[in-house]
Amino acid sequence: MRTIKTSSIRRARRSLLMAGAALVAARALPARSATVELPSIKELDQWLAGRAVRAEWLTLEVPRLADNGNAVPLKLKFAGPFAPQADVKSIRLYSERNPVALMARFDFATPPPRIEIDTRIRLAGTQRIAAVAELANGTLYAATADISVTVSACLDGT
Amino acid sequence: MAFARVLVPPSVKRGEAIEVRISIRHPMETGFRVDDVGRTIARNTLKEFVCRYNGVEVFRASLGSGIGANPYLRFFITAVDTGELAFEWTDDAGERGDAKAAIAVTA
Amino acid sequence: MTPWAGALALAAAFAVSAQTPPIPAASLRSGITYAGADVRAMQDDDLQNPGMLWSERGKALWSAAPAAGRPSCAQCHDDAATTMRGVAARYPAWDTGASHVVDLSERIEACRTVKQGAAALPREAEDRNALEVYVASMSRDMPIAVVVDGPARSSFERGRAFYYQRRGQMNLACANCHEQNVGKRLFAETISQGHGNAFPAYRLEWQSVGSLQRRLRACLNGVHAEAPSEGTPILTDLELFLAWREQGLPIETPGVRR
Repeated sequence: MRTIKTSSIRRARRSLLMAGAALVAARALPARSATVELPSIKELDQWLAGRAVRAEWLTLEVPRLADNGNAVPLKLKFAGPFAPQADVKSIRLYSERNPVALMARFDFATPPPRIEIDTRIRLAGTQRIAAVAELANGTLYAATADISVTVSACLDGT
Repeated sequence: MAFARVLVPPSVKRGEAIEVRISIRHPMETGFRVDDVGRTIARNTLKEFVCRYNGVEVFRASLGSGIGANPYLRFFITAVDTGELAFEWTDDAGERGDAKAAIAVTA
Repeated sequence: MTPWAGALALAAAFAVSAQTPPIPAASLRSGITYAGADVRAMQDDDLQNPGMLWSERGKALWSAAPAAGRPSCAQCHDDAATTMRGVAARYPAWDTGASHVVDLSERIEACRTVKQGAAALPREAEDRNALEVYVASMSRDMPIAVVVDGPARSSFERGRAFYYQRRGQMNLACANCHEQNVGKRLFAETISQGHGNAFPAYRLEWQSVGSLQRRLRACLNGVHAEAPSEGTPILTDLELFLAWREQGLPIETPGVRR
């Protein structure tokens, strides 16, 4: 029987505590939009059809830790101003792990004064989400966010 | 029996942004839940939601099972003329709902 | 030790007396203070609060004519903001007509079925919760103040005994969590003092508004105890005890809880 060294247990416990503390500390901060690395989502890849996305201007604000997966507040922002013929036409929201990947689609027939949309999404567990904005000239902008979703502590049954 | 509660500012200056907030009574059934005897509850989400300002479409959304029950939306549109915001939606079951809000635009 | 002796011993251990609720008034904390920022934001904003959709429905029902020749709520009770203010704060209460303690839901239902000739609704029917939310919301910010003496006494004592009785597979009494372990964590949730001042509330877990009785049954399921079915009198007895225990706490209906 292999004996586990005490020091490695201490190290593992400390890193676990630090990760927990970081998670708790980060709770209040909105997740920053990430780099161009989009999560692997089949429906998103199909829709993109190889087109490039830019990782700027579009931001996704969600809590790092969701109180309940049924209603996670989300804020989408796209900083303007926009050049002529370069208005935002639509924004799509994708989920990495939900049974249905496309969560929502917003369309702007008339260019709005600002792109700022608040809603509440539903998440089937801890995952990454991605938002992709399509401009009138065809350019694509994307943002991603990671959300930890906790399960209820107790069985409800009602 | 879907209905909504809408909030817009009482008056806005022409050209400024109008903050539109709406809360819709709708279960947004995912289609993945089962009832107490194991039957799947049919999917029912707001496949089409449209906001028209004095008849002109200004905002459209398609909300799937990834949007939470009793959806809340906040978005912005440009103040043009005094008039009415008309919201209409259709769900997967074919039920329609609507709501209205008056908007006063000053010069 | 018989179950009753155990309950009384536990009650004695918590130094419960008929006059003094176990939590000092200054230390009472609503469940919303244990909730995260997102849940608090949802409750604080009436437009974002999904429970207000039930209040809106209740408002429509208040003025709707039920059956031919029968009065709507408004025809007898006029403007709810005036006539219903303070009502929820004193429920559950002894009802002379029913000859037992009733909670607000049962009281409204009695009015609907007897005075309006309306069809009876199950406890968690949307319209039943909608009316209760609407009426209770008229007492928002008012302190809870129930009467537990006189004819309500035995109901109160039954509710209190239930609260301190260990039960279920986990052998837990309500007090074990909500008095002995307040502030500690269960997974990602913090154990609250267990008050009902925000109910009927919109619970994210339910994706719907539900009554306090539903929340109590859910908690009993949570400790793997047998939950009495909805409408069983012991649940009303427990509601009365809880209202006494939280007296002074302001009503928040419709609350938002995870």
